[in-house]
Amino acid sequence: MSEHTVKSYDEELAHLTNIIARMGGMAEAQLAAALQALSRRDSDLAARVVAGDARIDELEQEIQQFTVRMLALRQPVASDLRHIVAALKISSELERVGDYAANVAKRSMVLNHLPAVKPVTAVIHLAKLVQEILKDVLDAYIERDVEKAVRVWNRDEEVDDMYTGLFRELITYMMEDPRTITACTHLMFMAKNIERIGDHATNVAEILHFLVVGTPLKGNRPKSSELDGE
Amino acid sequence: MSLALSLPETDSRLAKVTARDVNVHYAEKHALKHVDLDIRSNEVTALIGPSGCGKSTFLRCVNRMNDMIENCRVTGLLTLDGDDVYDRKIDVVQLRARVGMVFQKPNPFPKSIYDNVAYGPRIHGMARDQGELDEIVMTSLERAGLLAEVKDRLLEAGTGLSGGQQQRLCIARAIAVAPEVILMDEPCSALDPIATAKVEELIDELRENFTIVIVTHSMQQAARVSQRTAFFHLGELVEVGDTEQIFTNPQHPLTQGYITGRFG
Repeated sequence: MSEHTVKSYDEELAHLTNIIARMGGMAEAQLAAALQALSRRDSDLAARVVAGDARIDELEQEIQQFTVRMLALRQPVASDLRHIVAALKISSELERVGDYAANVAKRSMVLNHLPAVKPVTAVIHLAKLVQEILKDVLDAYIERDVEKAVRVWNRDEEVDDMYTGLFRELITYMMEDPRTITACTHLMFMAKNIERIGDHATNVAEILHFLVVGTPLKGNRPKSSELDGE
Repeated sequence: MSLALSLPETDSRLAKVTARDVNVHYAEKHALKHVDLDIRSNEVTALIGPSGCGKSTFLRCVNRMNDMIENCRVTGLLTLDGDDVYDRKIDVVQLRARVGMVFQKPNPFPKSIYDNVAYGPRIHGMARDQGELDEIVMTSLERAGLLAEVKDRLLEAGTGLSGGQQQRLCIARAIAVAPEVILMDEPCSALDPIATAKVEELIDELRENFTIVIVTHSMQQAARVSQRTAFFHLGELVEVGDTEQIFTNPQHPLTQGYITGRFG
């Protein structure tokens, strides 16, 4: 895309992309740290993740103010309008990702007071997949790569399948040893949170499609199984 | 009658004005190139594009204002309700009664407000007596949203009104002869934002009874008042579509570049 005659307009649009990139980076780091806190039973790290969520919230506020200002002052149209609306929407998605990461960290602190249980590994396994998807969709955003975004969108099914398997595993584990119910219930919520992060990554992929192509991403997103405990 | 009749591919049923391969030359200059465009009835069509893109030239073809320009040559087919506008049998005076025009700068005649509006109906013998003429003048001023402001001074000079009022007087004058199409060439460029808003509101109301084509340099104005937008560049019609689509998802890179301010 060539440049605007008014240079400061380009700078403002670039600024939006930058904040989103920073938010995305933070959300990824928060999720990674929360998982590390879980696997290493590190309550200090978990506490830092919980406290760190405020920074993502601040960036969301910044995006909101900045986009409202741009809408009022620039009266954007076409791709510029889509760029600005997309930034506003993606910032809310990433803010939610941050919330879920913080919740995983919070629950890991509770788990640290309980005896360790085996399915932690499976939760981390699920999270690895979601981390990949989140990273891919953020890269796709920076590169404005619609095809990559569509691939991310299609991978949500993998997350759902893995989540369903994990759900069964946790139930089996709890039935075998009811003393693990508290820990496993927390793990189940963690898994749900992580699965939700995958959904938000999918939403970002849809928004990116709208940003670049100008039309909604068509078709039905793979639905999670009815067995997901909701 | 069968309902299964197939409809034509384009919406030419709704087209009030159609242009097919319309070309305009000013001496050697090829000002308008192979333009195909349907102007739908009871809609506002905005023509946008940078200076010299041919949008005003196109507008002036519709009521043959270009006839007055020396060395101007128009080819191709331009129809109004299916009638060839450039047919030699067409009476240009009658044509211009059917296709009215409002210009960039308000240009009331140096006559009273009343006579400005009564001018066209008198020429075309539209009123049998004074009562009918009064009726036409009042209705036209009313529809132009001006009556309340001028009803006590109809005999004062039209040139004594404010710029915005003068422009609405010109619109009243244009609609007094009951045209079918109203052409507007940057009707708000000399007006302040409040007068502009009044004219835009008026355009929106007039759409019910008239087909309107507006040339504007203000993209926001095109977005606000029109249902269809046509983008011209270097004499060519680059893209035409629903205004909403043009301003949210233009298909041609030139349209995109122009409306987002990335041009040239």
